[in-house]
Amino acid sequence: MTLAFRRTPAPLLAALLASSAVMGPSLAAAETRLLNVSYDPTREFYRAYNALFAEWWQAQGHEPVTLEQSHGGSGAQARAVIDGLEAQVVTLALASDIDAIAARSEVLPKDWQAGLPHNSAPYTSTIVFLVREGNPKGIADWDDLIRDDVQVITPNPKTSGGARWNFLAAWGWALNQPGGSEESARDYVTELFKHVPVLDTGARGATTTFTRRGVGDVLLAWENEAFLALDELGEDSFEIVVPSVSILAEPSVALVPGNIEDEAQREVAQAYLDYLYSPEAQALALANYYRAWDTSLAADDDIERFPDLELVNIADFGGWTEAQPRFFGDGGIFDQITAE
Amino acid sequence: MSESSPPHPVTTEAPPIRALLTLAVLALTLVLLIAPLAVVFAEALRDGLSAALASLTERDAWSAIRLTLFVAAVSVPLNAIVGLAAAWAIAKFDFRGKAVLITLIDLPFSVSPVVAGLALVLLYGSHGWLGVWLQAHELKIVFAFPGLLLATLFITFPFVARELIPVMTEQGRAEEEAALTLGASGWHMFRTVTLPNVHWALLYGVLLCNARAMGEFGAVAVISGKIRGQTTTMPIMIEMLYNEYLSVAAFSMAALLAALALLTLALKSLLEWRHADLLSATRRH
Repeated sequence: MTLAFRRTPAPLLAALLASSAVMGPSLAAAETRLLNVSYDPTREFYRAYNALFAEWWQAQGHEPVTLEQSHGGSGAQARAVIDGLEAQVVTLALASDIDAIAARSEVLPKDWQAGLPHNSAPYTSTIVFLVREGNPKGIADWDDLIRDDVQVITPNPKTSGGARWNFLAAWGWALNQPGGSEESARDYVTELFKHVPVLDTGARGATTTFTRRGVGDVLLAWENEAFLALDELGEDSFEIVVPSVSILAEPSVALVPGNIEDEAQREVAQAYLDYLYSPEAQALALANYYRAWDTSLAADDDIERFPDLELVNIADFGGWTEAQPRFFGDGGIFDQITAE
Repeated sequence: MSESSPPHPVTTEAPPIRALLTLAVLALTLVLLIAPLAVVFAEALRDGLSAALASLTERDAWSAIRLTLFVAAVSVPLNAIVGLAAAWAIAKFDFRGKAVLITLIDLPFSVSPVVAGLALVLLYGSHGWLGVWLQAHELKIVFAFPGLLLATLFITFPFVARELIPVMTEQGRAEEEAALTLGASGWHMFRTVTLPNVHWALLYGVLLCNARAMGEFGAVAVISGKIRGQTTTMPIMIEMLYNEYLSVAAFSMAALLAALALLTLALKSLLEWRHADLLSATRRH
């Protein structure tokens, strides 16, 4: 049999298309926009910083700017920028994630890290332990983490920048022990990951797993993330334990020239990054539990909070260009130890 | 024909066993369905109704609500039209590759939403097959509204067609053939014969499609880019708020999403109840 249309419901389609054009999310971009693609634990800091910067920028006599934020696991965020997420500014957990963007796309020069002071790290942090109130398992240092009765929560080093710092901090501690060697460090880290029941993709997911779902005895966390958890969830629920050795974590920031549309946007983006180093912004970073460089405007409490501890440095691992493929690349040490 | 129900009970279980089974089902419903929903609403209202409402009218939350409703408003009609066309073709015509088409329609049911999202990124992303061309023409798909729409369309594709195919197949072609024989045009026949015969199934499919379009997380999460106030839909916003320790805001939005789904369900039940007689005449599955 044959069925034939003589008329088609064209008006319906036309109406639909017209409505989508009218109701679509506002496409009119009169004012300059800036998208900052960042990693997990910086949500609170950049919310405050964006307000600070927007106010300062207007006080300088500029047009208002719309600041947009995106957060996720650092590696996953880098991946999104490579796939076309149009960030004008990236503020990620470690240099190697920005290196990855430079290596796999053309939006960023390979020498981006020379663009800003302090290796393009306006604030630093370190890795500490978060334990439950009263420290019921008596955790004091890295060697306690591989006891039979201890479960450790850390995100996945493949997708999370914080987790890579966790991994290297653990490695650095084991290497610094009397008689420590590459081999003993590897044995220690292998054992450590046997105590990890779940690998979240980002630092905030891991924090949620530990604090809200009550999984695990100790969370390996960014120092800023641990302080924030105390702040948000009550100081009577958790405690911070500072290990004998940790790592100097340098979250890096960079301009993404390939995603800049015009001169006005470039000017805002550059100012946005430069202003991170201003005394006002540095004080804000300190108040948000980051170890910033310039303490001139910070409250005493925000400076004294940070304990002194022995820190290894990414340079001890030959820099990220060497450490990233060796430890976290495809078939690297992390892949090898989790396959064992 | 449903009038001629058998004069004796169909089941032979003793009344206590029947009561026990009923109780078991009720208990399960309470634990699996009611309790989680109740928790969501209780958490949302923990600091009072005004706090919950305030969190929903906050700029980013409000834009997530608008975005979600807009994605549903575009994808549901599109899927209704395409689903209707596909069901019609499958139910009323014989052609080679019909079985393949039916399988293809079911594909989104069997493919994990994450895979669907990644496939779209691979296709339209800046290093994707079409991405280079799109970028040269300054067309944004991934991490923008069109990507969200494509992901939602993909995920909700089967809902309307799947509801319509059995009904249309069962009805056969006789009525349409009669209409054509009597001189009706194709469009006239479609409007006066085909559509009225299936409008309950169509509505049911549309409601299911709508619920899923608003609630989809996996595929949308991959392609969203999670830009606050721009590409965050309600489900993504819920996760973000929860991760930012904003419990009340997270659960208020979750409650709103659940309420929208419940509203959809209530609408469906209401229509079924008001038109029960019509329904039993046209829908038999």
